[in-house]
Amino acid sequence: MNENITDHSLARVEAPEVLSRRRFLEKLSITLVGFCAAVVGLPLIGFVIAPLFRKVPEQWVTLGKVGDFQIGKTASVTVLDPSPLPWAGITAKNAVWLRRESETSFIAFSANCTHLGCPVRWMEGAELFLCPCHGGAYYKDGNVAAGPPPRPLFRYDVRIENGEVKINAVVVPISTTL
Amino acid sequence: MKRLFTATWLWLDDRLGISVLLKPMKHIAPQDSKWWYVFGTATMIAFIVQVATGVALAFSFIPSSSQAYETLVFITNNAPFGRFLRGLHYYGACAMVLMIGAHMAQTFLFGSYKFPREMTWSTGVLLLAFTIVMGFTGQLLRWDQTAAWSVVVAAEQAGRVPFIGDWLARFILGGTTIGGATLSRFFAIHVFVIPAIMFAFIGLHVWLILRHGISEPPTAGKMVNPETYRQEYEELLKKSGKPFWPDLAWRDVVFGTGLILAIALFAFFIGPPALDKPPDPSVLNADPRPDWYLLWYFALFALIPAKIEGYLMILGPIVIGIILFIPVLNNKGERAASRRPWAIAVVLLSVIMIGSLWIAGQQSPWSPNFEAVPLTEKVIGATSGPVFEGAQLFHDKACLNCHLIQGYGGRRGPDLTFVGDKLTRDNIIIRIVNGGDNMPAFGSSLKPQELDVLAAFLQSRKRPIRPQDQSPIAQN
Repeated sequence: MNENITDHSLARVEAPEVLSRRRFLEKLSITLVGFCAAVVGLPLIGFVIAPLFRKVPEQWVTLGKVGDFQIGKTASVTVLDPSPLPWAGITAKNAVWLRRESETSFIAFSANCTHLGCPVRWMEGAELFLCPCHGGAYYKDGNVAAGPPPRPLFRYDVRIENGEVKINAVVVPISTTL
Repeated sequence: MKRLFTATWLWLDDRLGISVLLKPMKHIAPQDSKWWYVFGTATMIAFIVQVATGVALAFSFIPSSSQAYETLVFITNNAPFGRFLRGLHYYGACAMVLMIGAHMAQTFLFGSYKFPREMTWSTGVLLLAFTIVMGFTGQLLRWDQTAAWSVVVAAEQAGRVPFIGDWLARFILGGTTIGGATLSRFFAIHVFVIPAIMFAFIGLHVWLILRHGISEPPTAGKMVNPETYRQEYEELLKKSGKPFWPDLAWRDVVFGTGLILAIALFAFFIGPPALDKPPDPSVLNADPRPDWYLLWYFALFALIPAKIEGYLMILGPIVIGIILFIPVLNNKGERAASRRPWAIAVVLLSVIMIGSLWIAGQQSPWSPNFEAVPLTEKVIGATSGPVFEGAQLFHDKACLNCHLIQGYGGRRGPDLTFVGDKLTRDNIIIRIVNGGDNMPAFGSSLKPQELDVLAAFLQSRKRPIRPQDQSPIAQN
């Protein structure tokens, strides 16, 4: 087929001023391409990585009335993301394990295993939290009882205000072992 | 009429350059490139299946955290061909992972990564990595309970990367927790970002194959010498080369047809993976597991010592880097696997390692059995008294979640079916109270009376005494 028509290369020898002009046009074009890429690309990158820099405001979330929880018992409590996106649906829900130690003392544990984040389950009879993924086990105070978890269950800050139990913010605590 | 068709074709061909575009299909390749060489094309065929079925699924899938699950239920249960299409997409992914693995093993064993095809290998390794990322993000798009928790697991793992772990985790979650921003990120990555990169790399990979030619099957004793290889290869093609299309490509077409048939049969008869419960992070009765192609990785985290897990995050990329740059380390010399025993060992060990970890991941003996039911009176061997009460307590205190008694219970801890033959009462109590060897200490959660009945039950777990084992005195 007409392969020769695709060969547009110039073989002739050019004058120095033509070459100089060509080099200038080359640099100009490359600079403009870089500029255009930056104009479009920088906001794009900023948009995509914005969540990395979004500061989560300190928010106290109510878990329930003090009287709702029995002393010596541990219960899972559903909490809602205080500022969910409108289309979050049920993913705006989260759960924490709340243990009432005494009349005035509560411990709120993250439900995420500190090994790889799987949801730990409370075994009432054994007074242990067990992880279904890799067999991590924690005592009722959140300390590691067995298995691979590198640290105790994450504890949220808890306070009692106007007869209500509240915890500080709802985040997935990320464990870094190095 | 025929003349009209011919004239139309010639006009289109002249204006569009179709013949020129397809000319590389007829490039000359070594005639001995036979059935071992079909895996690369098969991978690409599986990729095309993925693109086609993925585009079709996107017609009904809504990448919204609140609606995605419902759309998948609709696609699976209500949409015409929806279940079949989901099945095609899933088994297409399985086929792609298997074929790229086979292609890589064949290329490595044939020494095809050596001069001048170093970059062909490296781009292929990157395509393998992109395929795995596609597999993982695809599982997340199912957006059921397992998917939602898998995102958390991914974020936790990313969080372990030194220095930038926290940023990576936030990037994955789309914030500090699962929510509205999470799924749409994975959708964009799975549907636009990685496929676009894969298209580019597949193009580059194919271009490199055309540039350097399909490698000839190795001959024992024939060395790759970068100074003479190209000339020898050209001479081989002149002497015995055949056009790729159709002389060699027919095998790819036959194998590809078989592959698509297999994908379709699996999709039709077995169907797509069942959807788990909705992605509600407040429901903690979840048991997240990755799809089979990452199950070995899941098992790895249960079996390696916890102390070195953090280093795995560094070691992993180093291993990938070594695989990526194998040709730089060794790009000449012998190609035949029969003269490269280490190459055979590496492939065999990789298959054995991944296979063993996969089986371990399937069984997950390290996970407690949350479905353990109380032991029956027949297993206990009593209907009342300390042994019976101890058996009840063995269940209530979650011992049965981790220990087996006559095949019932969990496998996380030792099988205690005959523990009474091995440990004395005191030893049993010491072990229960203090724990040890990956067992929690129960000293603070058991009353003395509870310890007594538990010990009584465990002491009663002995091998049945057969008549021939009894001493003459006892028999008399």
